[in-house]
Amino acid sequence: MSLRIPCPCCGDRSVHEFVHGEIRRVPDHLTDPDERDLDFAFHHDNEEGVVTERWFHAQGCRRWFEIRRDTRTDRIIEAAES
Amino acid sequence: MNEFTERQMKLTWRAPKESYDVVIVGAGGHGLATAYYLATRHGITNVGVFERGYIGGGNSGRNTTIIRANYGIPAAVRFYQRSVDLYRGLEEETDRWLMHQQKGILWMAHSEAAVRAERMRAKLNTEFGAETEFVGPRQVEELCPQLDMSGGGRWPVLGASYHPQGATARHDRVVWALAEGAMERGAHVHQNTPVEGLILDGKRVAGVRTAAGNVAAGVVVSAVGGHVSRLAAMAGLRLPIRTHRLQAFVTNHYRQQFGPIVASSELFFYASQTARGEMLLGAEIDPQPSFSYRSSHDFVQHVCRRALCLLPFMSDLRVLRQWTGVCDMSPDYSPIMGRTGVPGFFITTGWGTWGFKAIPAGGEQIAELIATGETPELIAPFGLDRFARDRTMADRGSAGTH
Repeated sequence: MSLRIPCPCCGDRSVHEFVHGEIRRVPDHLTDPDERDLDFAFHHDNEEGVVTERWFHAQGCRRWFEIRRDTRTDRIIEAAES
Repeated sequence: MNEFTERQMKLTWRAPKESYDVVIVGAGGHGLATAYYLATRHGITNVGVFERGYIGGGNSGRNTTIIRANYGIPAAVRFYQRSVDLYRGLEEETDRWLMHQQKGILWMAHSEAAVRAERMRAKLNTEFGAETEFVGPRQVEELCPQLDMSGGGRWPVLGASYHPQGATARHDRVVWALAEGAMERGAHVHQNTPVEGLILDGKRVAGVRTAAGNVAAGVVVSAVGGHVSRLAAMAGLRLPIRTHRLQAFVTNHYRQQFGPIVASSELFFYASQTARGEMLLGAEIDPQPSFSYRSSHDFVQHVCRRALCLLPFMSDLRVLRQWTGVCDMSPDYSPIMGRTGVPGFFITTGWGTWGFKAIPAGGEQIAELIATGETPELIAPFGLDRFARDRTMADRGSAGTH
């Protein structure tokens, strides 16, 4: 079975209905504006573990929502409140 | 036993030394190729390769072993053509049978737009050294009689770009040939020895902390696949990398000979036949960043549905095996090779879905960089600094699948 994403509006749906959205955070220790721009444009945390991310239900209710997912197992830790 | 396992049994495995001139993290294709070319081309043999699992057990053992050079930008075509050339000589050079088989690759066009794209691909590739020609439907049919030229009525084959040097090789024979070649000349490979941290001397990377103790190093090369962001973070680096899963599967034995590698950008799949006769299919990466090796049924479903449009004979076959690897995707779909800005720390990453075919050239070029201290011209455009310099290498020819 494919990965199921819990949409707060439509319930558990196949990942293929969604568009993945990353929440970009430039680390605070970067202070040089050029470095911050570079980081924002290209760099990723690429974290192994639980991440908070956004998903867009493109083939459903067309809403953005946040979930927490473990990238090591693809398990959804915490679904968004509906 | 065959000659492959006999050779492995003769190898001598040593305990890690306290220091090496070069420490390579990751004994996959790229790490081992770097060790191999350091030993054979530059006589640098005080090299330790550290691997958390076993040789070639990561993405080197999870890919679809396609070797080709028909990419989308001049720098990439030149680089991958170097790799295709090295692969062709590798059996003779290492005196090992790598099951290297040149079969040609057909890239289908099902629409006028795709015909233009494939014509352009042929032109650009031939111009920069990777012989490719655009062939019409009749020639496509001759090259691969199993194709349904009507594409199930929906995806008619209007032509294809044909890259005759497209090939496949046996993945574990390739990595072991490189490992043995390096070890015979004095390099050490340490399996089951994860690198847990980097030893920093000021800003400089001066060694690695491993499960078997600290090891000092003249330079450290990251040839890590899948977990490179974590290693780079230890050196204070943030990388333009996101890791995605890529799945593939094989069917049971297909008794007839299936000649070329068949790919389609519009149907998002590619197929080839393994030496055992299985049909090997792959497609695009999974959409969400993930480090999980879990395979999914819907992948098989989607790929089969699309592949059967072109290759209806496969409806008689069964899916035998399915697996997953994790791909380090760069934002411009090109690899990242060379210096990192951190002294003593080199990197070869961003191998996305195109790592296997680049093994010899990637290793050769990184070895040259380490030995001479100068970035070879062939990989100069692929440095990590290209993002800061606004010189990204967006490659349409690799953004597809394999």
